[in-house]
Amino acid sequence: MLRSRIIPCLLLHKGGLVKTRQFKDPKYVGDPLNAVKIFNEKEVDELMFVDIDATAEGYEPRMPLLRSLAVESRMPLCYGGGVTSAAQASRIVATGFEKVSVSAAALARPALIKEMSEAIGAQSVVVTIDVKANRLFAGHTVYTHNGRQKHKQPLLEFCQQAVSLGAGEIVINSIDRDGEMAGYDLELARQVRAAIDTPMTMLGGAGSTEHMQGLIDAVGTVGAAAGSFFVFKGPYRAVLINYARPARLKR
Amino acid sequence: MIAIVDYGSGNVAAIADIFKRLKLPHAITRDHAELRAAERYILPGVGAFDTTMRTLRESGLVDLLNEEVHGKGKKILGICVGMQILGDSSDEGSLAGLGWIPGHIRRIDAATIPERPKLPHMGWNSVQLKAASPLFEGVDLERGFYFLHSYYFDATDPASVIATMQCGGELPCGVARGNVFGLQFHPEKSHANGVAVFRNFATL
Repeated sequence: MLRSRIIPCLLLHKGGLVKTRQFKDPKYVGDPLNAVKIFNEKEVDELMFVDIDATAEGYEPRMPLLRSLAVESRMPLCYGGGVTSAAQASRIVATGFEKVSVSAAALARPALIKEMSEAIGAQSVVVTIDVKANRLFAGHTVYTHNGRQKHKQPLLEFCQQAVSLGAGEIVINSIDRDGEMAGYDLELARQVRAAIDTPMTMLGGAGSTEHMQGLIDAVGTVGAAAGSFFVFKGPYRAVLINYARPARLKR
Repeated sequence: MIAIVDYGSGNVAAIADIFKRLKLPHAITRDHAELRAAERYILPGVGAFDTTMRTLRESGLVDLLNEEVHGKGKKILGICVGMQILGDSSDEGSLAGLGWIPGHIRRIDAATIPERPKLPHMGWNSVQLKAASPLFEGVDLERGFYFLHSYYFDATDPASVIATMQCGGELPCGVARGNVFGLQFHPEKSHANGVAVFRNFATL
């Protein structure tokens, strides 16, 4: 049977890896190539890299770095950050990444999702949506540019539009929960699950394997992604790259 | 020597890296002389069926591979879309495949998958063997492999199916006919199980 995917999400910033809290205060946690080597040894399900400067600073995906990560990796890889065209997505797939994620560029021009899907296949197109809980309306607001740019598109409608245009996976990244390690937003996960039938991945809030199991219990087979949980150890957040799955997924 | 056919599709570097670790002679190549000298072939492939088939045709390697694989009986392993193009045709496109293993590539019927997520079939799934195959020697079948696709190989001759997985119903994920082998999943991204498959293929 198809199993839930437990996915470390690593943030690229100025050539190194960082971890943020609520998208702020990037803390250096190591070297990306070294992280791939460690996660190879841990036999990780899947690995996601996001270049958090690319869209904000307006540069293209850094292909030499991506190439070195792909050659080293014996696990599936997803890349996001600064992708604005199907041609870039094709180059990233040719480099050895299985999936390419878009966010800001897809919100600005949803047709990009269709163009990418035609070029690399729906199975390789990931749409990542950063959201903040909106207490006033008990919903979620979509953001891009590291939480600085707000969008009007209603979240669930945009999820459905992305899937209808050819997205193979939706990643929901909860800005409020980023780095807090207090658990996923399960209600949000249920809403997104009810809206689309493609694979989905939740990111933001995981602090334990119990949180991941809770997400699986809430929505079934799912991608459970995390940043802090896989790069920090202990209450003082000492940097230690590690990996763990919920007990029921042990193999 | 194992030639990883470099026609511009698929993750040749990651596959070569595994052979390097296994200390097995290999080359990423599109050079005709080198390809003719090879004992076996890995045929990777990603993207759409027609694009992959067109890219292979434009590389000028179809005739060469036909002679070496179909004619001389050298072993070849197709991976993902590199496996799909071993068949005759696909729901996904209109071009003819290589036709080395009779069969049609069909889109998985989402209606047969009772629960979400439906398609694409994405993630780690167990496999079942339909016949003893040296390709799967030492593989932890329960642990399985990494899948990322929405189409499957519907083989004309059921005897061509060597492995299956559960996605809605039971669907083929490994095919073989004589010297031609194909795998739908990504062994190059499947840790120890994938390494075992490449090691096995090298000594088949």
